[in-house]
Amino acid sequence: MKNDEKHISSYSSLVIVLVILLFLTTISVLVTGFHLGAFTVAVALIIASVKVYIVLTQFMHLRFENLFLRLAVAGVFVMFALITIGTFIDYFFR
Amino acid sequence: MGNEPEVSYLEYQGRHKGIWSWLLSTDHKRIGLLYLYAVVFFFFVAATLGLLMRIELIAPGRTIMEPQTYNGLFTIHGIIMIFVIVIPGLAAVFGNFFLPILIGARDVAFPKLNLFSWYLYMTGAFLGVASQFLGSGPPDTGWTFYVPYSVESGTSVIWALTAAFILGFSSILTGLNFIVTIHRMRAPGMKWMRMPLFPWALYATAWIQVLATPIIGITLLMVIAERVLNIGFFDPALGGDPVLFQHLFWIYSHPAVYIMILPAMGVVTEIFPTFSQKPVFGYGAIVISSLAIAFVGYFVWGHHMFTSGMSYYARWFFSFLTFIVAIPSAIKVFNWISTMYGGSIDLKPPLLYAISFIFLFLIGGFTGLVLGSLATNVQTHDTAFVVAHFHYIIFGGMGFSFFAAIHYWFPKMYGRMYNNKVANIAWGFNFVGFNLLYFPHFIIGIQGMPRRAYDYLPQFQTGHVLSTIGAFILITGLILMVINLMVAARRGAKAPANPWHGVTLEWMIPSPPPHENFDEIPEITTQPYFFGSKDKNKE
Amino acid sequence: MADHPTHTEHIDSETGKLGMWLFLFTEIFLFSGLFLVYAIFRAKYSADFHVAAAELNAFIGTINTVFLLVSSMTAAMALTAIQKGNKRLTLILLLVTLLLAALFLVNKYFEWSHKFEYGIYPGSPVLKNMSHGELLFFGLYYMMTGLHALHVVIGMILLTINVVKVKLGTVNSERYLILENSALYWHLVDLVWIFLFPLLYLIT
Repeated sequence: MKNDEKHISSYSSLVIVLVILLFLTTISVLVTGFHLGAFTVAVALIIASVKVYIVLTQFMHLRFENLFLRLAVAGVFVMFALITIGTFIDYFFR
Repeated sequence: MGNEPEVSYLEYQGRHKGIWSWLLSTDHKRIGLLYLYAVVFFFFVAATLGLLMRIELIAPGRTIMEPQTYNGLFTIHGIIMIFVIVIPGLAAVFGNFFLPILIGARDVAFPKLNLFSWYLYMTGAFLGVASQFLGSGPPDTGWTFYVPYSVESGTSVIWALTAAFILGFSSILTGLNFIVTIHRMRAPGMKWMRMPLFPWALYATAWIQVLATPIIGITLLMVIAERVLNIGFFDPALGGDPVLFQHLFWIYSHPAVYIMILPAMGVVTEIFPTFSQKPVFGYGAIVISSLAIAFVGYFVWGHHMFTSGMSYYARWFFSFLTFIVAIPSAIKVFNWISTMYGGSIDLKPPLLYAISFIFLFLIGGFTGLVLGSLATNVQTHDTAFVVAHFHYIIFGGMGFSFFAAIHYWFPKMYGRMYNNKVANIAWGFNFVGFNLLYFPHFIIGIQGMPRRAYDYLPQFQTGHVLSTIGAFILITGLILMVINLMVAARRGAKAPANPWHGVTLEWMIPSPPPHENFDEIPEITTQPYFFGSKDKNKE
Repeated sequence: MADHPTHTEHIDSETGKLGMWLFLFTEIFLFSGLFLVYAIFRAKYSADFHVAAAELNAFIGTINTVFLLVSSMTAAMALTAIQKGNKRLTLILLLVTLLLAALFLVNKYFEWSHKFEYGIYPGSPVLKNMSHGELLFFGLYYMMTGLHALHVVIGMILLTINVVKVKLGTVNSERYLILENSALYWHLVDLVWIFLFPLLYLIT
């Protein structure tokens, strides 16, 4: 099976990705300076998720992969979310 | 098919000679047999422990052992049976042997990894047995390792935890291997919906293995850390929460039940069409129900914890989902029965075991609903009723399906036939013995007999005596069955390529299969269970 | 055809990659067990967690994040380099990745030993006197960063193997599955850290 065309990320695109990631990290660090209360965690997690999405698609070449693998990766995170919800149904209402 | 005599996988000489040609073989068929021998060996170890427990319980008070010995016995019986036999059982033995053949491949995707899994498995298994002798006495926590006791117990719990961790890792690698094999190595023309149903069941199972097992891995690590480093995740005195352990434990261990039962369902789904000479009824429904069981089964773990102090809404939620899981399971039962309906039924030992599987699985399943309802659960929780329920599912379900599988595929694996009559007699012993052993537990359980108890009130003795008698009948049947198969492996009549007139791919190749399975990889053009005009399949 | 066993045949890249991804899924779930525990205790003791997290040095954490992000990029570049057949550049990039990984661990070492000096380590008397939430926070901190550090070490071993293989030429522009998979593993180490960093260091 030779259906895997070589997908080569160019050096410059990788550098751009890194710059974006570092930028997001900076924001994430700076945001802790503001007192956003309960939103601090939410903001931190959203930024982290964006970073993870970028790493997955760019560094890990997920954007070149087939639909099945992309769905599976998404499924793994959904699965974890569902488990967390299931557990929290206990802890929130105890 | 070509005429030149192919060397069977049993006689094939590779780079290594003698025993090493087995221990270093990357042939999926040989690895399957390695697993088979290991599973049988450890099964008899654990069954002996079970028998000793039954003898102890024949009368109230001390019979043959001390309470602490009894605690050690039920713990290691559980650990071996669950982690060493039932979880890997069907997938590692028959999955390894037949998955590649059924999908028309020459081996699994990662043969070396496959062999490595077996070594991990053996390491874990021996470590589990060794935990009885190493350190400070046999672990006495039960196979569930519930905290806080598993943190406080002075026995060698760490060894048992490590064993379970390694076995889990082995199980993950097998599952990973199977998923990749199914994705990448199906024969040309075998679309997803042309794949036989045992591979489908293995596929659903493998996903659970990959996605659930790591959770138990980290949980066991946390318990180890708790014991060694005194961290306090699960210790209320340090702010931790013991119920959290139960959540984590069952997030894996409930799906693990489906790791056990899904391949069992897959096996009987292969057997019913063959011995009814009829295509399987509702192929699509079986596929979907396998996947549905795997998915929904992931989210019902809380039903083990109804009396642990979970919140009301959590209990409601998990009870509801438990009932949902019953639906795809029932769909499968209807499918099997409808497959037999109107077929030309040939009541050979494999079918006998497969039918008893349905019977025992139904009893186990319905009593599972008793346990899954909130009100009745309170009465039956942690009683002998639970013991009876899960033995009906695990032994009656997975165990009998394992026996069905070995009788079904034995001629293919060894190229020889066993004695049908002896096999039928052994089945009789097994079936009667099994029911006599476990059914009384339902009754004394409802009456209030707790599980894992060393002593009991005199009123439960009738049940216990009956159960012990059943245990002896069962073990007789098991020994008879194994002897019959061992004799057949050496001296049985030569088996034809297709003794049962099956139509799936394993019956299209010689018995025993050649080293490479297929001379030429077959081109698949039809549904897997196509009995209509046989010449089309056989060419 | 039967005299050439499939068992020694080389694994094609799609198959190998799928296997690696599945393995990464198990790694994600291994860590998610800890994240779940974190989430629960965080919800239960959020005030304590804030206090405890203040003890961590966000600066060291940030530096380490930068190290890992850059190393992830060099790992990805190493893959690009081998695909383009540039052996020398591949080696340089792999070594840079290894260097950054080592710096990460050195940093971690100083961070941990600093904590130890203050008597903050699992089971220590100082910890026992803290509130429950703080105690659990540090338990999680050591467990999560410890497990992560273990993965860093495994990743470094994988990368070292790749350095040797690239040097020997067994990994080249035609066959680079091992390098690709090791890079995937390395990115996973990065992924886990991306979540660990804000959850442990930035919740003050």
